[in-house]
Amino acid sequence: MSDVATGELLYHGDIAPGDEPAGGTEIVEGIRGYLIGLGLAVLATFVSFFVAGTSLVWQPSIPAALIVLAIAQMGVHIVFFIHITTRPDSMNNIMALSFGVFIVFVLIVGSVWVMTHLNHNMIPMERLMQMQH
Amino acid sequence: MSITIDDIDFAGAPVADVPLASHAERSVASRRIVTAFGFWVFLLSDVIMFSALFATYVVLVDMTAGGPRGKDLFNISAVALETGCLLASSFSCGMASLGARARINLMYYGSMIATLVLGAAFVLLEIRDFAGMVAQGAGPSRSAFLSGFFALVGCHGLHVTLGLLFLLTMMAQVYAKGYRVDILRRLLCFALFWHTLDIIWVGIFTVVYLLGVAV
Repeated sequence: MSDVATGELLYHGDIAPGDEPAGGTEIVEGIRGYLIGLGLAVLATFVSFFVAGTSLVWQPSIPAALIVLAIAQMGVHIVFFIHITTRPDSMNNIMALSFGVFIVFVLIVGSVWVMTHLNHNMIPMERLMQMQH
Repeated sequence: MSITIDDIDFAGAPVADVPLASHAERSVASRRIVTAFGFWVFLLSDVIMFSALFATYVVLVDMTAGGPRGKDLFNISAVALETGCLLASSFSCGMASLGARARINLMYYGSMIATLVLGAAFVLLEIRDFAGMVAQGAGPSRSAFLSGFFALVGCHGLHVTLGLLFLLTMMAQVYAKGYRVDILRRLLCFALFWHTLDIIWVGIFTVVYLLGVAV
């Protein structure tokens, strides 16, 4: 049950974030995993830069496309570089990650939402200046 | 006597001839898992801090105070080069992890040096970008947009710089102490840190640079 490579007990209930699941410790398999990750990440990056600079795509769809590509690429990095998967032994890492993602979502979407409404409802600056006189 | 985390760590198995009294004692995770999980939680809190900077930037992006917009300032080919450096360094960092795990010196040191060079190239390119902007009069004090920009991108650059120091100490530690269990644990934390910085950069090049130029 002990992991020869790291000299530590491979506890069969959990896995450390960043570690590959047991069985995936062969060096060739490891390299293949990182290569797949690199290929997908390069592809997503390339498409992102292409979409941002092209006039071939319907312009209003570009921001949404870029954000979807970025989220996809983050997923690729998490799966192939950080080795967080949906396997049951990765449950603790997934739980922490989902909580982090939730907070990030609340922070960014909440800020943008509130501030857009605030800008929308605010008295224009010129009128505010006139009122002060 | 009960089994603690420390008993499991170095031996690779619980201390011999101590009967495991209960299921709870048997299910203590190894120190590698505990350390990496703790570091993972720290990284997530770091990501939450970055999300606050992202939110600030997105809210302030149109408040240019009559100054230059992102479109006028950003050099997309330089950003593409920076992205390439960071992406390649993430891959070489993965190779370093594999090299340390298999205890292949050439693979470990070679990959770490590649990561170091690519990371340093990223930082230098970013410093050159920033210096160019400040020289044009577009420093952080020019407008709310630029304050938000330098806070977000500068904070990431600072993280990469600290990551480079972390990398150098990891090379020195392996050189001085070998592939010991505790050193490998720190190396795992370094790899997590480096890969996370790359994920944050994906957000930056999309939200700041590409959306700044496209919209």
